[in-house]
Amino acid sequence: MSVVADFVPLRRVGGTRSMLAFYWSVMRMAIQEQLQYRTANYFYMFGMVAEPVIYLVVWTTIADESGGTVQGLTPGYLAAYYIVWTLVRNMNIVFGAPFWEHRIREGELTKDLLRPILPLHYDIAYFAGWKFVVIVLWIPLAVGLSLVFHPALHPSPVQVVAFFLAIWGAYLLRTMFQESLGMLCFWTTRGAAIFDLWMTTELLLSGRLVPLPLMPGWVQEISRFLPFQWAFYFPIQTLVGDYSNEELLRGLGAQVLWILIGLGIFRFAWKHAVKRYSAVGG
Amino acid sequence: MAVHVDGLRKVFEVPEREPGLWASVKSLVRRKMREVRAVDGITFDIDRGEIVGFLGPNGAGKTTTLKMLSGLLHSSGGEARVLGFVPSKREKEFLRQITLVMGNRNQLQWDLPALDSFGLNRAIYRLRREDFVPFRDELIELLDIGDLVRKPVRNLSLGERMKVEIVGALLHRPQVLFLDEPTIGLDVTMQKRIRSFVAEYNRRHGATVLLTSHYMADVQALCRRVIVIHHGQILYDGPLTGLADQFAAHKTIGVALEDGTVDLTRYGEVIHRDGDWITLRVPKTETSEIASRLLAEQSVLDLTIEEPPIEDVIELVFAQERREPEVEVVA
Repeated sequence: MSVVADFVPLRRVGGTRSMLAFYWSVMRMAIQEQLQYRTANYFYMFGMVAEPVIYLVVWTTIADESGGTVQGLTPGYLAAYYIVWTLVRNMNIVFGAPFWEHRIREGELTKDLLRPILPLHYDIAYFAGWKFVVIVLWIPLAVGLSLVFHPALHPSPVQVVAFFLAIWGAYLLRTMFQESLGMLCFWTTRGAAIFDLWMTTELLLSGRLVPLPLMPGWVQEISRFLPFQWAFYFPIQTLVGDYSNEELLRGLGAQVLWILIGLGIFRFAWKHAVKRYSAVGG
Repeated sequence: MAVHVDGLRKVFEVPEREPGLWASVKSLVRRKMREVRAVDGITFDIDRGEIVGFLGPNGAGKTTTLKMLSGLLHSSGGEARVLGFVPSKREKEFLRQITLVMGNRNQLQWDLPALDSFGLNRAIYRLRREDFVPFRDELIELLDIGDLVRKPVRNLSLGERMKVEIVGALLHRPQVLFLDEPTIGLDVTMQKRIRSFVAEYNRRHGATVLLTSHYMADVQALCRRVIVIHHGQILYDGPLTGLADQFAAHKTIGVALEDGTVDLTRYGEVIHRDGDWITLRVPKTETSEIASRLLAEQSVLDLTIEEPPIEDVIELVFAQERREPEVEVVA
């Protein structure tokens, strides 16, 4: 008869240190993985550039035909807006709500639920790591677009710092709302219609389709009370616009507020959603 | 006590509909649901350091039970405690002390070498480098996967992947291992390797193991005790050797005769004949009497009485009918 040893418990690393190590490990893994798919990433970014270039060409043509500006926006401003748009759009790519459906249906959540860490942390860290690859790949694209469209872009150092903070704020903000929306997948397998509605609203009210000043006044008013513009229009404007320092701070504050609201919604939804997980497919 | 289960139940409500357009239209106003009792009031305890085989046919409720015990599923009733924790609460301290290995699931990062995933586990489970590195290397050595952990996981064969999966699942030194078909699809050599690894881990670290497997060799090699579940209910909980006593209606008598051509059909069913050695299947209750008659009436050189092979016994157990029908409800 074999002798079974007594179990010896392990001493653990502190919570903050291990969390930082976790984020660093996942981000490093994401960078490694995405560098393996650099060509695919580049093609993806090229495809993504088509959308703002179309917007830019349309609005520049309208500006030229309207005596050089559209509601005070010059072609140089529009070029700067849509070139910065390409980076903000890439920063806005997060673990989207529809992925939750796949995660649940294929049983991939099983792996995540067995770990003593919220899956949200993994999603934030993984996509954050991916962003570093995206930024490196974006630089030559931005240079190419600038040579063609001549943007009017002269940011101050404060604006550059605010922009850096704002694009990460936008990333976290959009993550929180997309993850919260994804919780619907625990209740319905037909979440796609709701996700599409959300995306359409976001397209119109975020500044993605057109800079918000070109939208009707009532649309601009509504968008002030919704999270969308803080993930799109605001970060672009921090670099392209003429915000005062106070406005920059207020905008960053609004991002923090919306991130916290999104996090609150996610945590509430997660607490109830996870009880409904049936761990099918694994 | 490592695992305590008392009257544990899991009921799934599944929609049911006849095929065809008319049935689709009808289901819009009157949705028919069926309650499936995947686990139906099971009770058992497992001591620390014990290795228990959890047996049952497909759909018996084994995996559902393991998922409830590892905190993946919320039960519909009854009580479960693992290391004193209520699994469904999914407390971090609980999750740090258990692992669930599913033979058909990949838990490692697909595009990267396993070593990267191992490093990630170190951060997730808050392991100190001085604990993690030697233990990781010990596990790598035990399973002889030194040359595999540097290859991207996607380039590994099924058996190789399973070995690195198991190492990944044990790096945080769990006290309780839920192993769901850990050897599924592996060749015999690989199965043996994993079996001896589990036994060694249990011996070295005092871990408790609850193992499901369709390979009786896994169960025979590792488990003294088995729990048999069928239709969500426990049919047997006891020593592996006692299974035959409870479920087999027959025993086998092996007999070597001076004259191997003698007809023995009046003693029992002849199931095998190999030269002078004849194997008979006889009713369990009549085994002693038939053996006595054989000794008295034939020129017997040798005689053995054996329980039937465990695979045959399990087959008998799995053929049992459900005690109660499933409930149908309309919502």
